[in-house]
Amino acid sequence: MTNTNNSEQRRLFHDIGVIDFVIVEMNEYLDTHPTDKEAIEYLSHYVRMKNQAMREYAAKYGPLRISDADGCNQDEWKWATQPWPWEGGC
Amino acid sequence: MWSYEKRLQFPVNIKEPNAKIAQAIMSQYGGPDGELGASMRYISQRYSMPYNEVAAILTDIGTEELAHLEMVSTIVHQLTKNLSMEEIEASGFANYYVDHTVGIWPMAAGGIPFNSCEFQSKGDAITDLFEDMAAEQKARTTYDNILRLVHDSDVCDPIRFLRAREIVHFQRFGEANREDCSKSEHAQYNH
Repeated sequence: MTNTNNSEQRRLFHDIGVIDFVIVEMNEYLDTHPTDKEAIEYLSHYVRMKNQAMREYAAKYGPLRISDADGCNQDEWKWATQPWPWEGGC
Repeated sequence: MWSYEKRLQFPVNIKEPNAKIAQAIMSQYGGPDGELGASMRYISQRYSMPYNEVAAILTDIGTEELAHLEMVSTIVHQLTKNLSMEEIEASGFANYYVDHTVGIWPMAAGGIPFNSCEFQSKGDAITDLFEDMAAEQKARTTYDNILRLVHDSDVCDPIRFLRAREIVHFQRFGEANREDCSKSEHAQYNH
C-alpha cells in the first residue's frame, strides 16, 4: 500500500481478509449443505461484516472492489493509482 | 460474470529473492496439477453438470482457484523481481529468463508449457467429480513436495495455506459426489 506505516489501514485490510475467509469457507460448505439454516445465518452475519469493512476501507484508503467506488474520494481514481496485490504491503 | 477484489486471499510478502525455488513453485501456476488447470477444469465442467448444487461448488471452487493462481504468481514474482544477472545465471534461471525475462508465464517446473490436456471435462457427473477429487490430492502432493524444498517461512506460510485448501476442496467434491450424484440412482428407482 502507499503508506505501509499506516497500522490502522493494515489492520482493516487484514480484518477484511479474515472475514472473507469465513465467507469463502461457508459459501463452499453451503453448496453441499444447502439446507443448514444455522450456516446460512452465520454466512449472512459475515457478509454484513465484510460489506461494512469494505465500505470503511474504500472511504478511507480507496476501493478494493468497484462496487464500493461510490463511497470514495472523488478527486483521484485510487483503484488505478494505488499498488496492486502482488506488490506486497498490506 | 466475474468481479475482482484488489487483494490476495492470503498475504504474500517475500523479502529474499530465490530463483531456484521460484522455478519449482511455478509448477503450481501452469504445471500439470497447478491452479490454472484447476480453475479451468471446474469452470469448464459446469455446463454438463445436471445438479445445481454441484454446479455451485464447481463455480465457487473454480473462482477460489483463480485467487490461488494469483497467490502463486505473486510468490514467483516476488522471488524473481530483484535478482542480479549473476544470481539468474547461477540459479539455473537463464533458460526461463531468455524467453520471459522475469514476466509470469504458465509452465511446469520442468519447462513444459501449460496446456488443457492437463485436465479433463468429460461431460459425466461421476467421472468429472472423481477427476476433481484426484486433482485436489495431486495438488496437495505437489504442495507437500514444495514444502520439502522450501525453508523460507515467507514462502512456506502461503504455500501451507494453499495446501490446506486442497484438502477442504477434496472434502467438498466428495460430498457433492456422495450427496448429489446419488440422486440419479434414487431417480431411477422412483420411476
